[in-house]
Amino acid sequence: MPLLEIRNLRVEFDTAKGPFRALDGVDYTVEAGEVLAIVGESGSGKSVAMLATMGLLPDTATITADKMEFEGRDLRKLSAKERRKVIGKDISMIFQEPIASLNPCFTVGFQLSEALKVHTNLSKADRKARVLELMRAVGLPDPERRLSAFPHQMSGGQCQRVMIAMAIACAPKLLIADEPTTALDVTIQKQILDLLVKLQQDSGMGLIMITHDMGVVAETADRVIVQYKGRKMEEADVLSLFEAPKSNYTKALLSALPENATGDRLPTVSDFAGAGGF
Amino acid sequence: MSDDSILKVRDLYRTYDIKGGLFRKASTLTAVKGVSFDVKRGSTLAIVGESGCGKSTLARMLSMIDAQSSGSIEIGGMPIDIAKTGISREMRQMVQIVFQNPYGSLNPRQKIGHVLEEPLLLNTSMSAAERKALALEMLQKVGLQPEHYGRYPHMFSGGQRQRIAIARAIMMKPKLLVLDEPVSALDLSVQAQILNLLKDLQDEMGLTYVFISHDLSVVRYLADKVMVMYFGEVVEYGTRDEVFDDPKHDYTRTLFAATPQADVDSIRKRLAAKAA
Repeated sequence: MPLLEIRNLRVEFDTAKGPFRALDGVDYTVEAGEVLAIVGESGSGKSVAMLATMGLLPDTATITADKMEFEGRDLRKLSAKERRKVIGKDISMIFQEPIASLNPCFTVGFQLSEALKVHTNLSKADRKARVLELMRAVGLPDPERRLSAFPHQMSGGQCQRVMIAMAIACAPKLLIADEPTTALDVTIQKQILDLLVKLQQDSGMGLIMITHDMGVVAETADRVIVQYKGRKMEEADVLSLFEAPKSNYTKALLSALPENATGDRLPTVSDFAGAGGF
Repeated sequence: MSDDSILKVRDLYRTYDIKGGLFRKASTLTAVKGVSFDVKRGSTLAIVGESGCGKSTLARMLSMIDAQSSGSIEIGGMPIDIAKTGISREMRQMVQIVFQNPYGSLNPRQKIGHVLEEPLLLNTSMSAAERKALALEMLQKVGLQPEHYGRYPHMFSGGQRQRIAIARAIMMKPKLLVLDEPVSALDLSVQAQILNLLKDLQDEMGLTYVFISHDLSVVRYLADKVMVMYFGEVVEYGTRDEVFDDPKHDYTRTLFAATPQADVDSIRKRLAAKAA
């Protein structure tokens, strides 16, 4: 049984101009211990799919699917209360803007122990010990002192480490990372990607990387789903995707990478699309 | 000018005074520490470095938004020191800048035509008809249509807005165009279009670029010379091939090692290491 199995997911948003279909019948499967990358440009529906899974979309969104199961449990039938038991514990998520995801009014230590308070029966002392252990696991220097630090006193990379520590606090079975390194410098990006992959390998959890960056895909993924305008263009293991991409859209994305430039000009996506698009 | 350098920078410093408060002593921060370089006419200098390395401070000084603390800047043979001499119309015409976020640099209540004509209105004595003709010509040049003249910024996509920002910057036919992370906020396919446009414009108009970026693959594609900055200092400066083939400084090597590799061999290597 796969960890997460979604069949024919559709998401529509009510807008003033009528319904807008952000996601049009896409399937997702993630096995335990697997790194799945969902790659696409803005508007491809890559974030919407995972927000729908987490139940984080606003009321204007209509979500339909033939199947939406996490460990065999139907996510659509969960009550809000049951869902909260799963979200943050078995499935957790990290976002692009680490500084915006942390509450500026509370210390890092407080925010880290909050997840443990909600989802575990640990005593206060045990929680503190676990928080320190988590901070060491994500490579935050001097954790004792950082417990009482506020988010604004730390760099973007350090805040993202705190977010990761928070996400893995309850040893989730599935971690969803939505553009976790887009706002960071390349050298910090490398550290954060290495950390995510190491945590994933040590714990054997499933990891979904949502990204627009083909470099990040190449560095982390086992399997890749390429999306464009709410539809799946291609699904392949990472090596076949880069070696022999099947869909024209994937070919276009790969050749638009400046490092793959052959002539004087970069090919653009429209060079690859047929008369009716992809 | 005897040589063909359009931009000469010598021993440039910029310091900021940080105000003291209840808990902090006043101090000074040196954002740019003794930077020197030349840029040849019609070529591209790329400046690489991570946040806080002083690359944007340097861009602000080159585009006359900020004055230098010491050192000299010479653009097209004219010494620039706005703290002492102020800015004249001629100086404004020499340098233009394009920023990272095109939506943030366009006034939402200003029509595109006016966006493009404003630099001419302020700095030249052209008539309204001449300005409009030039704006329409420029729209065409950056790949937009004449009917876009009367539209507002929110009606455009991110890539189109960056085209507008580029069009505005080249309205004055500047000697030097400073591009501060112009493609970082754009999708990959749009990024390719904008990079192509920049190359075309350079060939057509003989523009000189100072291109600021943290993305090494973009730099490798576009640059003639590369300068790597680290904590306000230049740690590496040379032609593109010198820097990419044989990086001298440790920081440059770290930067290269951290850049994700999207080629098949690297993926194979990673998967093999993982299976082991």
